Amino acid sequence: MSFDPEEILARYPDHKASATLPLLYAVQERDGYCTNDGIAEVARLVGRSAAEVYGVCSFYSMFKRTPFGRYVVSVCTSVSCLNGGPELLEHLQHHYADDPDVMVEEVECLAACDGVPVMQVNYEFHQSVTGSEAVRIVAAYKSGELAAGGPSGQTGDGLVQDIGTRAVR
Amino acid sequence: MTATETLIVTKRLRERPDDSWTLAGAQASGAYESLRKALTMEPAAIAEEVKLSQLRGRGGAGFPTATKWSFLPAGVEPRYLVINGDEAEPSTFKDRMLIERDPHQLVEGIAIASRALGVRHAFVYVRGEFALGAERIRDAVADARAAGIVGPRVMGTDMSLEITIHRGAGAYICGEETALLESLEGERGMPRIRPPFPAIAGLYAKPTVVNNVETISTLPAIIAMGGEEYAKPGVDRSRGTRIFSLSGDVNRPGNYELELGLTFRQLIEDFGGGVKGPGPAKFFIPGGASSQWLVTEHLDVPLDMDLVGRDYGVMLGSGAVMVYNQDMCPVRVALRLAKFFAHESCGKCTPCREGTGWIEKVLFRVEHGQGRPTDMDLLLDVGDNICPGLNAPFSQTTICPLGPSAVSAVVSLHKYFAAEVEAHVKEGRCLTAA
Repeated sequence: MSFDPEEILARYPDHKASATLPLLYAVQERDGYCTNDGIAEVARLVGRSAAEVYGVCSFYSMFKRTPFGRYVVSVCTSVSCLNGGPELLEHLQHHYADDPDVMVEEVECLAACDGVPVMQVNYEFHQSVTGSEAVRIVAAYKSGELAAGGPSGQTGDGLVQDIGTRAVR
Repeated sequence: MTATETLIVTKRLRERPDDSWTLAGAQASGAYESLRKALTMEPAAIAEEVKLSQLRGRGGAGFPTATKWSFLPAGVEPRYLVINGDEAEPSTFKDRMLIERDPHQLVEGIAIASRALGVRHAFVYVRGEFALGAERIRDAVADARAAGIVGPRVMGTDMSLEITIHRGAGAYICGEETALLESLEGERGMPRIRPPFPAIAGLYAKPTVVNNVETISTLPAIIAMGGEEYAKPGVDRSRGTRIFSLSGDVNRPGNYELELGLTFRQLIEDFGGGVKGPGPAKFFIPGGASSQWLVTEHLDVPLDMDLVGRDYGVMLGSGAVMVYNQDMCPVRVALRLAKFFAHESCGKCTPCREGTGWIEKVLFRVEHGQGRPTDMDLLLDVGDNICPGLNAPFSQTTICPLGPSAVSAVVSLHKYFAAEVEAHVKEGRCLTAA
């Protein structure tokens, strides 16, 4: 899986460094996470030091600095999800504790408060799920029944493939 | 009498649930007709319609849009338009709906604003977690470009417009306009000291307007109906409609587009189906996590952007309204809010970086039966370091309002739920049933 750095840089004709975030997404997608080498590569492309780009990378929670397997399962426990969110998180953390393919993370409000609790799998929304429903959904991604676009759920372009019309309100 | 919605900015996505985001579906319901009209108008005439509409920012601050536009200095090039799609205010979910389900309305609004402002390159900053939204707006821009609607010759005229979609990567603070600009420049999202304001030195130190998704999405309707017509419904200086994201202990959480001036009770009962669980609403938080709270006695307060601040110390803000029934413990909610702000503090300003951590830790002790009698005073003291006077609208010792926002829940606990805090401290338990 490779990406075209020139295409990404061309989006920001007035300022190369603006390409830093999309390039970090691209190396994360390619390498499975933001490695030191990937960060250094981005730095060379945008004309900044590796230390500066490391500082940028570490600021943002969606850039992962360690391998996280294939599936990022994000569970909201914020103020609209207080009834159900923490329980869902605990259920999934327990269930996937020894599964290297699945990283369960607690996140802040995902802007889907009309169907709580809220979870994302590789940044695809799944609302109003119980613990066992959530496990079934993750299993569907694992079996290929639900599509996800790679280690970070993203294409080299940084977007999720095969979403289709699975819109959420 | 049951109140009804007034659909303006959510009209297309409601009427065409299966294809409102496609070019064909959008055009079948009138997309880009307003742009066609705007292209025959002088830029100043477009700005005049926005002024007549009395449109105010729909992201949180509610600043008059025409006024913000007027700050751009003449003759300085290039100038940029940046759309703030980094919706992350807890319990707000209207912009994600607009991006996912009516991206062409947003593209049309961008083009109209760009004509008014003399912008040739606009950016849409989409929250990183909105993968589907980013895909939809990117496809919409690509389809519009292929159809000659945007690009080097907008609808065949000599106006050019490029739109770049830029994804965030998980940072609430990037919803603050100068932090957003930093992030767009490839930096950590740390807010800038003002002045200079973005209108003078924004993106790449050039004149820049940053507007919210819903604000810009309203422009096609304003051009179509005229600014004066848009301003007809509403109350006082809150004109037109806006989307309210209703969530929490209500039977029908969702996005509702209402005329400004209806009451919280009408929102909760006529649209939200009433309180779920034991009512009446114990407390409700307007404006997202950053606002102070309202309680049961305030249900008949109107959704008026200025009155709520002036008379009740709260804000309509992002348009979110989060409702809690009689079973919810206010200390628990305050703690969760404190955790949010402590996590999202960018770290630049000492009162916020340190203060949000203190607020979270003290509330954690109180919630878990280890509170001390001096804790409320300590919380207020820490809050005062961030927001001197603990007032609303807030003062701030910080560069941006995230710090003072973290104080809102503390002030509300003190104002309305001092007994509950005391029970936690004295008896190590919650007063509420749950």
